[in-house]
Amino acid sequence: MKISSGTVRLIIPAASLTLLLAAVFYMQPRAMSYTGLNLLFNLAVPIALATVAQMLIMAVNDLDLSMGTFVSFCACVTATFLQASPAIGVLIFLGAIAAYAAIGVVIHLRELPSIVVTLGMSFVWGGLAVLMLPSPGGEAPGWARWLMTSRPPFVPMAIVASIVIALVTHFLIMRSSVGVLIRGVGGNVRSVERAGWSVIRLRAGTYALAGFFAVLSGIALVGLTTSADANIALRYTLLSIAGVILGGGEFVGGKVSPIGAVIGALTLTLAGSFLSFMRISPDWQIGAQGAILIVVLALRLFLNRLEKREKSR
Amino acid sequence: MNEVTARREVVAARGIKVTFGAVKALDGADLVIHAGECVGLVGHNGAGKSTIVNVINGGLAPHAGEVHYGGNGGQHGISAARASGVRCVFQELSLCPNLTVNENARIMHAELAGWNWRVRALALVERQLQDIFPGHGIDCDSTIDDLSIAERQMVEIAISFAGLRDKPKLVILDEPTSSLDAGLAAQLMAYIRRFVGEGGSVLLISHILGEILSTSDRIVVMKDGRVVADRAASAFSTRSLVEAMGNVVREQEWLRSTDKRGGEPVLSMPPRRGQGLAFQAHRGEMIGLAGLGGHGQTEMLLDLYLSRNSNWWPARRKEIAFVAGDRGLNGTFPLWSILKNLSIASLGELSSRSLVDRGQEGMLGDGWKKRIEIRTPDMENRILSLSGGNQQKVLFARALVTTARIVLMDDPMRGVDVGTKQEVYDILRAEAASGRTFIWYSTEMDEIRLCDRVYVFREGAIVAELAGDEISEKNVLEASFSGGEAA
Amino acid sequence: MNTARLLFSRPWIWSFAATTVVWVVTVVFTGGASSLGLSQAALTFAAFSVIVGIGQMFVITLGPGNIDLSVPATMTLSGTLALKLMDVQDSMIAVGLLLSILLGLAVGIGNYVLIKLLRIPPIIATLSMSFIIQSTAIWANRGLRIKPPDILASFTTSNLFGIPNIAIVALVLSAVAWVLLEKTIYGRWISAIGQSTFAARMTGIPVDGTRLATYVLCAVLASICGYLLASFSGGAALNMGAEYLLMSIAVVVIGGTAVAGGNSNIPGIWGASLFMFLVVSMLNTYGFGAGFRLILTGLIIIAVILVAGGRQSNR
Repeated sequence: MKISSGTVRLIIPAASLTLLLAAVFYMQPRAMSYTGLNLLFNLAVPIALATVAQMLIMAVNDLDLSMGTFVSFCACVTATFLQASPAIGVLIFLGAIAAYAAIGVVIHLRELPSIVVTLGMSFVWGGLAVLMLPSPGGEAPGWARWLMTSRPPFVPMAIVASIVIALVTHFLIMRSSVGVLIRGVGGNVRSVERAGWSVIRLRAGTYALAGFFAVLSGIALVGLTTSADANIALRYTLLSIAGVILGGGEFVGGKVSPIGAVIGALTLTLAGSFLSFMRISPDWQIGAQGAILIVVLALRLFLNRLEKREKSR
Repeated sequence: MNEVTARREVVAARGIKVTFGAVKALDGADLVIHAGECVGLVGHNGAGKSTIVNVINGGLAPHAGEVHYGGNGGQHGISAARASGVRCVFQELSLCPNLTVNENARIMHAELAGWNWRVRALALVERQLQDIFPGHGIDCDSTIDDLSIAERQMVEIAISFAGLRDKPKLVILDEPTSSLDAGLAAQLMAYIRRFVGEGGSVLLISHILGEILSTSDRIVVMKDGRVVADRAASAFSTRSLVEAMGNVVREQEWLRSTDKRGGEPVLSMPPRRGQGLAFQAHRGEMIGLAGLGGHGQTEMLLDLYLSRNSNWWPARRKEIAFVAGDRGLNGTFPLWSILKNLSIASLGELSSRSLVDRGQEGMLGDGWKKRIEIRTPDMENRILSLSGGNQQKVLFARALVTTARIVLMDDPMRGVDVGTKQEVYDILRAEAASGRTFIWYSTEMDEIRLCDRVYVFREGAIVAELAGDEISEKNVLEASFSGGEAA
Repeated sequence: MNTARLLFSRPWIWSFAATTVVWVVTVVFTGGASSLGLSQAALTFAAFSVIVGIGQMFVITLGPGNIDLSVPATMTLSGTLALKLMDVQDSMIAVGLLLSILLGLAVGIGNYVLIKLLRIPPIIATLSMSFIIQSTAIWANRGLRIKPPDILASFTTSNLFGIPNIAIVALVLSAVAWVLLEKTIYGRWISAIGQSTFAARMTGIPVDGTRLATYVLCAVLASICGYLLASFSGGAALNMGAEYLLMSIAVVVIGGTAVAGGNSNIPGIWGASLFMFLVVSMLNTYGFGAGFRLILTGLIIIAVILVAGGRQSNR
């Protein structure tokens, strides 16, 4: 049977997630319950949304180093304006998404390196967040809180939400005709341009879409934590990049996988819980995360090699 | 004459001038293409073929002159050209490698959108592929990355000829057969005739003059940015075409030296994957690697090179040098001057205590500039200011400057004009006579005939070794095709 | 015409022009009283950015995707371990420095081993590495804050002819780096690799060796910087490297090094480092809060990039 390379790219992250989950269940059988799963994957939803946002940027061969500060900014807006006067909150979000589109335009027009422009933007978003919430505070809008803490039957919210995110983005990026154009820009800009498409619009649209998912990530995060602060999601920049890579995405060439990205985000979330089950000293928690990242990537390399050997036969 | 003007013009470009800096790429060129004809376009590198193609497809705005589509003037640009039914298959493959075949069709055809577009795209490409290349065996759901180069070229051609609502009016094919074997190329040429018969037009650019002569209705010859001849194809022969391009075909006066296979081989390699013949090279030999393109010649050159060249430690003495065929991909360093591009492989000899001696480097550059006639006022100019042929000369010089006694060449004359080729051949002869060994993969029979000994490749292995007078087109072809389907 | 060409061919001039403007504005605002102190502070703090920036620049020169995210963790661990080893004894200063350099060597090799063995992009490899280094630093940093040896502390905080010693150290390192980049075979090699790795390999450049050396160089410079910074600030802190992650990248780019690789320059790093420090202190003197300071810093980075332009055209 012939398996497409896209499917193969999914097998590896799915296998790593399963393996990690099995290890967690083995060590802590009580985690194998509704509440247990909910606790394990509690923080996965905002990370998954941020990872999808990062994946969109990476699909057009760019990298967003402001993801963490932007999600923090969105969290602050959610906990303040969106909660107090929803209309203004929505306007701010629309403005932020427009800003993302504008960044895309600027990067494209001046052929600027995205890393640097988003690096600059990370200061801007961080500054705005500090202005809004100089100290931790604010309050989650009731509906966001309700959405994130609702308890659907049989399967915990975090997992339901992750599956919905994965399916929606899979349809959007992998199946829809617009998604093809976005990935086409990553694969071969010149050919998309020669076919008569406006790459600048495509890039702007992709950035706006990424901004939209990042906004959702900020709302989801506040829905879970009930309050926000300016540094709440700084880790998300690196987490989201790592999530995309773990999920089989690549830095260049428009090779991305939304389902993989969500799985990558789940894996990263689980890794945190796994470490606390292992009773690893807090000193070494970060280090162990690094080690897990390395192990998973080594596994991926090994499987890739295996696949290549199969192919050459 | 009347008959020609009466036919509808699909594209008319008149008095086109384009300059890149000081270089006049087009100097008042005219090119008119009518409905229902196949126009062959030939010319040397730098004659302006690619530039006029880019003007016609809207990618490049001319600095003077006018382009009309279907008789109407006015707008110019990629969208205007596409709206007028102009499609282009470029010399370098321009599909998105990360997408599937049908997704690439979606990129090329804006009308493939909305619900169920995948099914329609699939049907469209499959029908068109079947039409042009019957029995192609390409799975349209596979990613371009997973296809061979020939398959990619077939897909690109099919997508360009396909039309959902309306068929394209003009398809520009820039070297469409460069990766196709003879059978596929013949299928394509037959399809072009059918397409033209149904009222479409094709602009065909190819270095294979046989293709041009047999397929085109009319042939346009370009030279130095102008059109120098524009006549019916029947009025040309291979010889008169070459003459019109401005270079007289030189007689091959290459006295093959006596057999040099005495003594120890300087380079050898066991049969690849345990199949076929072993490879050996001796001092002063010029060895050709022949066979159909993509049958393992480049891989062997890479193996030979990489196995003798550490990736971790600098070599004390270079014993082997490599001349790239794909300049843009693995040859030039675009940010650098000509001089730095020339000297990069031999910095060890130009420096003391790892500090590069600029004076010595400059002297070396001046010497080679004269010797191989690099056409530039100053070796400090950017490498990209040179024409393709001159860039290639610099790459040759880069290898020849080194102390390496063995030079590997990966089809380096691809896309180089005839004049430059002759100059380089002369240098190669002189260098081989002085004891250098050349291992030369070439897709052109004329070049293979220059070699002392030839290894013919098929399916990744060496299947024949020809020496001296055995080297002939017939023998090479026989070895490349023999066995199985080609017999 | 000629001046314009010179400006565009030497992108670092922009960063110095901006630096001068900001300096003048700040000095004028404070009535000129602080010009010497401001300059000395700027030189001192810029020096730290310069040292890590040079390392990062060499790595970025290697081409798209090459970046070292382990810089801050390496700085922290180096400062922590060196101070612990020296244990306030003046006689151990050289040993501490040696330890720092060895640590840099180890980190650099570790980074490249990950990149090479796992074939993962440097950004992820160095990130994973930095997690491990950071953990080691947390573990090593337990207990009392250890002060640097007196001689070292006074060396890092004093001046020679009005120029901070730290700045002199950075200047010497920059000079060495400049020779390395402009005059040596190694400099040619990294530029070639940055333009086209495959072409570089096919001209006989030992690509892996050169890249390894570059990652090691970057880690060693980060280590040395951590050693100096910990001594300068009277002890190592766990977050002492944090701001240098973005800073090291920002100064390289603002300094006019091509992010696409293959083209880099050292003077620009000085201009950019001074500029970054002066901007912050200017905003401080104008009494802006942290939020405004961040926003303006970000906008200035973007503005500088916009003015300095992106990829240079090939013609």
